[in-house]
Amino acid sequence: MSQASETDGSVSSSDRPKGSVERIVGSIALLRESPVGVVGLALVVFFALVAIFAPLLAPYRYDEFIEPFAAPLTTTADGHFLFLGADNKGRDVFSRLIYGTQRVVFYASLATFSAYVVGILMGLAAGYFRGWVDEVLSFLANVILSFPVMVLFVLIITTAGASGLTIVFAVVFASAPGIMRIVRGLTLDIATRDYIAAAQTRGEGPWYIMLTELLPNARGPLIVDACLRMGYTTITIGALGFLGLGLPPPFPDWGGMINETRSLAMGGFWWMPFFPALAVSLLVLGFNLLADGLREVSLRD
Amino acid sequence: MTRLIVRRIGLMLLIMLVVGFILFVVNEGNPRSVARGVLGPYAQDQQLDIWIEENGYNRPIPIRFLDWVGDVAQGDLGESVQYKRPVNEFFWDRLANTGILAGLTFLIMVPLALFLGVLAGVKEGSAQDRTISVVSIVTTSIPEFASAVILTTVFVIQLEWLPGTSSMAAGWDWAQMILPVSVLVLYGFGYIARMTRASMAEVMTTHYIRTAVLKGLPYRRVILRHALRNALIAPFTVIMLQLNWLLSGVVVTEYAFAYKGFGTLLLEAALRRDIFVIEACGLAAVFVAVLSQTLGDIGYTFLNPRIRFS
Amino acid sequence: MNQAQQANPVKTPPKGEPVLAIENLSISYFIRAGEVPAVKDFNLTLYPGEAVGIVGESGCGKSTVAMAIMQYMGGNGGIVGGSIKFMGRDMSRMGKEELRQLRGSDIAMIYQEPMSALNPSMKIGRQLSEVPLFHEPGISEEDAWRRAEEMLAKVKLPDPARVMGAFPHQISGGQQQRVVIAMALLSNPTLLLLDEPTTALDVTVEAGIVKLIKEISAEFGTSMIYISHNMGLILETCDRVCVMYSGVAVETGTVKEVFDMMRHPYTRGLFGSIPLPTADKNANPLVPIRGQLPLPYDRPSGCYFGPRCDFFQEGRCDDPKGIPWETIDGDSGHAVRCLRWKEIDWENFTPDIEQHPANEPGDEVLHVENMRKYFEVRDSSIKALLTGKASRWVKANESITFSARKRETVAIVGESGCGKSTFAKVLMGLETSTDGEIVYNGEEISRLPVTSRTPKQISTLQMVFQNPNETLNPSHTVGGQIVRVIKKFGVAKSDQEVHARVDELLDLVKLPRAFKYRKPRQLSGGQKQRIGIARAFAGYPPMVIADEPVSALDVSVQAAVTGLLMDIQRQYDTTLLFISHDLSVVRYLSDRVVVMYLGMIMEQGDVEEVYAPPYHPYTEALLSAVPIADTSIEKREIVLEGNLPSVLNPPKGCPFSTRCPRKIGSICDDERPPFRDAGNGHVITCHIELDELRKVDPVIVMKNPGGQAGGEKTPEPAE
Repeated sequence: MSQASETDGSVSSSDRPKGSVERIVGSIALLRESPVGVVGLALVVFFALVAIFAPLLAPYRYDEFIEPFAAPLTTTADGHFLFLGADNKGRDVFSRLIYGTQRVVFYASLATFSAYVVGILMGLAAGYFRGWVDEVLSFLANVILSFPVMVLFVLIITTAGASGLTIVFAVVFASAPGIMRIVRGLTLDIATRDYIAAAQTRGEGPWYIMLTELLPNARGPLIVDACLRMGYTTITIGALGFLGLGLPPPFPDWGGMINETRSLAMGGFWWMPFFPALAVSLLVLGFNLLADGLREVSLRD
Repeated sequence: MTRLIVRRIGLMLLIMLVVGFILFVVNEGNPRSVARGVLGPYAQDQQLDIWIEENGYNRPIPIRFLDWVGDVAQGDLGESVQYKRPVNEFFWDRLANTGILAGLTFLIMVPLALFLGVLAGVKEGSAQDRTISVVSIVTTSIPEFASAVILTTVFVIQLEWLPGTSSMAAGWDWAQMILPVSVLVLYGFGYIARMTRASMAEVMTTHYIRTAVLKGLPYRRVILRHALRNALIAPFTVIMLQLNWLLSGVVVTEYAFAYKGFGTLLLEAALRRDIFVIEACGLAAVFVAVLSQTLGDIGYTFLNPRIRFS
Repeated sequence: MNQAQQANPVKTPPKGEPVLAIENLSISYFIRAGEVPAVKDFNLTLYPGEAVGIVGESGCGKSTVAMAIMQYMGGNGGIVGGSIKFMGRDMSRMGKEELRQLRGSDIAMIYQEPMSALNPSMKIGRQLSEVPLFHEPGISEEDAWRRAEEMLAKVKLPDPARVMGAFPHQISGGQQQRVVIAMALLSNPTLLLLDEPTTALDVTVEAGIVKLIKEISAEFGTSMIYISHNMGLILETCDRVCVMYSGVAVETGTVKEVFDMMRHPYTRGLFGSIPLPTADKNANPLVPIRGQLPLPYDRPSGCYFGPRCDFFQEGRCDDPKGIPWETIDGDSGHAVRCLRWKEIDWENFTPDIEQHPANEPGDEVLHVENMRKYFEVRDSSIKALLTGKASRWVKANESITFSARKRETVAIVGESGCGKSTFAKVLMGLETSTDGEIVYNGEEISRLPVTSRTPKQISTLQMVFQNPNETLNPSHTVGGQIVRVIKKFGVAKSDQEVHARVDELLDLVKLPRAFKYRKPRQLSGGQKQRIGIARAFAGYPPMVIADEPVSALDVSVQAAVTGLLMDIQRQYDTTLLFISHDLSVVRYLSDRVVVMYLGMIMEQGDVEEVYAPPYHPYTEALLSAVPIADTSIEKREIVLEGNLPSVLNPPKGCPFSTRCPRKIGSICDDERPPFRDAGNGHVITCHIELDELRKVDPVIVMKNPGGQAGGEKTPEPAE
C-alpha cells in the first residue's frame, strides 16, 4: 500500500519561490474585482502622489500674497491664475490645499503607524499570555476608551500644547487601545490553532511565536482596520485644526484653513472653507472605500 | 445575570475613579499652577503661597484627591475661574442642551440606520444593498466639520433656507437645531447601518435561517421572527458605543454652530485652563460613555440567551 | 397513533408511482470564473416507504442533491438540466407559495449540525410549534404547542415540557438532533431528507439517533433519502444505495448488491479503504485509491474516475461523450456507470499490497504511572465566594497508568471529553501533570513544561495534529516550516544539510520535492497531513503522538495517510501513540488499546483482547455503536441512555455508572471501581467480577464463519 499516494506528483507553475514584489502586485490585482476598492485605491494614491510632489504641483508658495478675496478661476491683473480662488490674506487656496495634503498625509501615516506598533504589541501580549497581563492591559484600554475621543484630544492638546508631535502622541494614546482589542481578539482565536501548538511543542519562545507564527495570520483584518483608521486619523487631524488646536500656522492645514475662513463664508466667500472640506472628505472616502474593497476581496478567498 | 450586572457596575465605578484620578492629577497635580490659574498671571509668588496654604493645596495628592472625590460626590464641582461663579450654576444647563442635541440625533439616526441596514443585509449583493452601502460609506467619510461647511454653503448661503448659527441668542428656536442634528446624523448613521447590514447578511446565511425557510415558513416570518432578533444583537452594542463617538462629534458640531452645549463649554475651558470646568466636563463625558457601555454590555447579555442562561 | 396522524395523514402517491423521481438532474454553481458543475446527470427514483442512501466522499455533490430537492440553492446555484418530480409534480415549475407549503410539510429535512440548525435565540417550543401553525390552517397556538410536546416525547426526549421551554444551547448535541427530528416529523412528511444527521455526534449518541431513525421509518412509513459518507450507516438504515463520485452517480442498486457485488472500480476502491474488522495492517492491509479527487472545474474527459482507476483504457474510458449507465440487473435496478464492468475479473484481481511481518515490540519507551491532571475552575460569583466554594476541580485525567514499547502502536480511544487530548498536552509539555509520573526515554517529564525541556527532549517527542487546515501555518511556505523545525532541533547544521534533510523528509512522506515552495493553501488535506507527519519525524523521534491524524480526511485519503504513518513507523522503529475516537481505525492499526471515559481508563490490553470478551460494559457499548460496512457481520445492539455527564460534575464512583446498562447497584455510584487483571496486561476497571464479564457473547459476529469480507466474496461476474 505504500506505493499508493494521493498525490499525482506533477509540478505546477506555482512550485517556485515568489518574490515579495510579485505578491504585492498580486494582491493589488485581486482588488481589481471590487470596483469600490479600485476607486478608493485611486483616491488614496492620488493624494499620496500630491503629498509627495507638492512643491512641484503647487503653482504658488503656500504663504505667497497674490490677491485677497479673489474668486475661483480668476486671473489677476498681473497674470496670476487662481484656480480655486484666494483667501482673505490673498493666498492661493489651491496651492495651500496641495501643501496641506502633505501635512495631513504625513502626520496621519506617522500617527497611525505608531499607534499600530503600540497596539499590536499590547494586543499580542494580552491575547497570548492571558492571565494578569491581559487583565492589566485590558483595564488600561478600558479606561482610555471610556473617554470620548475628541474630549481626550482636547484635554491632551490643551495640556501639552499644539504641535505635530503632540498630535501623533494623542493619536497613539487614543487609538492604540482600540487596535489592542482587535489584535487581542485575533490572537485569542489564532492561538488555538494547531500550528501554534506545533511551534510551542518544538520549543519556540513566546515572542517568536507571536511575531512570526501569529501576527502574519492576523494581517487581513488588520490591514482593513488600518485603512479605516487612517481615514479616522485624517478626520481627527482635520477636526483639531478646525477647533484651533491643530498644527500651528502659517503652514497650511485643512482644518485650520476651514476654521480661519468659515466666518467669511457667510459673507459670500464660500470657496475658502469649501474646498478644504471637500478635500478632507475625498481623502477619507478613499480610505473607507479601499478598506471596504479589501474586506470584500478578502472575504471571497 | 445579577452577578454580571453587579460586576459591570463595579467595573464602571472603578473606571470612573481611575479617570477621576487622572483628571485630578493632570489639572491639580501642581498646586502652583492651580493658584496661578485662579489668581491670574499677575499674582505674586507670595500671594500664590498664601492661596495654596488657605485652600489646603499643600497637602499630599492622595489626600487632596480623596477630598475632591468627596466634594464631587456631594455635587460640589468648584468655582469657575473664568466666570467667577460656581460651576453648578451654569454647567447643568449646558449639559441639558447637549442632551437635547444628542437625543434628537439618536432618535433620528438609530431607526434610520437600522432600517437601511436591514434592508441592505436581507439581500446581500443586490442593487438596493449596493446603493445603501455606497451611500453610507460616502456620508461616513464626510467629517462633521466638513459637512457643516458644505451644508452651510448650500442651505444657508446659497438657498438661504436655514439659520447658520445655533446659539439660540433670541430664545429657543427649533429651526436652529436642523443643521447640527443633520450634521451628526449624516456622519453617524452610516456606521450603524453598515454594522447592521453585515450582521443581517451574516444571519441570512446561517443554517437556522435555512431551517426556517425549509420548514415552510412565509418569507416575512423568516425575516421578522428568525433573522431580525439575531441580527440586531451585534448592532445593539455598536449603538451603545456610538454614544461615545457622538460625544466627540458633539464637541465639533457645537463649535461649528456656536451651540451652547457642553462641548463648547469644554473647549472654552480647556483653552483658558478653567480647571474646575474641565474636570466637570471630563467627568460628565466619561460618565455618559461608561454608563452607555455598561448598559450596552448588560443589554447584550439580555438579548443573547446563549449568555443569559449559561 | 393519534392525533398527529388524524390531523395530517401521510400523503401517498397512487399505487406504483414513485414519491420522488429525479431525472438527468444537473446542477451548477456560478462564480466569477464561470460555471462550476456540481452535479451532472443524476437519476433517482424513490418509492413509498423506501430508504435510499446517497454515499460519497466530500465534494461529490451528495448534499447538493438534497438541497436541489428542497429547491434551496442559494444565490449562485441553479438547476441547469433535468427535472425533480415530487408525487408526479415538477418542482421547478412550482410557485413560491406552492413550494412553501411543500417544504416542512410534505418534504422535511434533518441536518448535519443540529446546533447551528436551530435558532439560538428562540425557545425550542416556539420553533417546533411553528410547523403545525404554518402548515395546518386553523390550528390554535395551544394545539400546536401540545402537538410539539407530544412529538418530543415520541423522539424519546426525557422531560419534553422542560425542553419546550429551553433554548437550543441548554440541551446536549444528541438532544438537539432529536429536536430537529421532531421538527421534521411534526407534519408527517411523505419524504424525509437526512443530510449526515449523525456526523457531528459521538458514536454512542449516534447509535441512539440511528435507532430512532429506523423506528421512525418502520412506524411512520416515511420515504427517506439518507446522505452520508459512512458506508456502515447506509447499511444500517437504507434499502437501496447510490454511490457518487465527483458530481456523478457511479453505481446504484440494493444495499446488498452494492456492498457484496460492487461493479464500479471506485465503489470497490472505497470498500478497500475502509478498515473493516477483517482488515489487518500486516497481513491484509487497506488499499487506498491513488491520486486525488479532481477539482470540479478540472474534471478529466470521459470517466471522472479514469486517472485513478487501475482498469483505465485509453480511447475508451476517456470518451468525451461521457460514460452511459449499464444495467447489471434490470429487476433490482443494479446499474453501474462503467464501460468495463463485464471485463474486470474481480475474483482474480489482487491489488499490489505489501505484506509485512508483525512488529516485535522492544523495550519500554514510555511509562505513565498514576498520572492525574486537574484543572482549577474559578467561580467568581458572590454565592461561591460566600460559601467558600470559589474553585472547583475538573478532573481531566484520573489515575492514568499504562506503558508503550519500542515499535508498538498504542491507541488511546474515547469519545469527546474523555481526556485523551489533555493527556497528549501533558505529554508534550503544554500542560504539566498534577500528580503521578511520566517516564519517557528514561527521564521523568510529567512536571516539565515544554519551555524547560532540553532540545533533545523536545525533538525526540513530537506530535501529528488533527486538523489538516490548522496544522501548517498558512503564512509560510511548507519548506520554510520544515527548515525551521530541523534548525530548531539541531538535526542538521549547514544550509546544505538542512535542505538535504527537507528533501529526505518530503521523499519519506511521498510528496514531490518541489512542494517545499508551496503555501499550505495549495495543498490538499491529505497532503497537509503528510507535511505534518514529515515535520514530526524531522528529529528522528523514538515516539510520535498522533492526535486524530486522519479523522478530518476522506476514507480513501485516510487509508493512504495511515498506511504512510505505519510505513515510516516501521522504517524508523518508532513507537506510535495514536489518539482516536474511531474504533475501526484503532482496531486496524494498533497493537495495544487504552479505552478512556471521562478522564479515566476503563479498559486496556492487546487489541484482540479488548475487542473480544471479557469487555468493560463501556467498551461493549462502544463496539456495538460503531457502524460496520460489511453485510456479513452481525452486531448485538446496545444503545446507551442518557447524556455524557459534565466533566465539571462527574459521578463520584464509576464515571460510567450513569449510563451503564450493566450497573450492579449503588456501589457503582459511590465507589471507584477496582482494576481487574484478565491476564497479559488486559485490565478492566469495573465492579463486575471478571468471571461475570467473561460470560457475555462477542458484540461483533461473522454470519458465516470462515467466509470472507464484503469485497472478496464476489460471485461470478454476470455475462
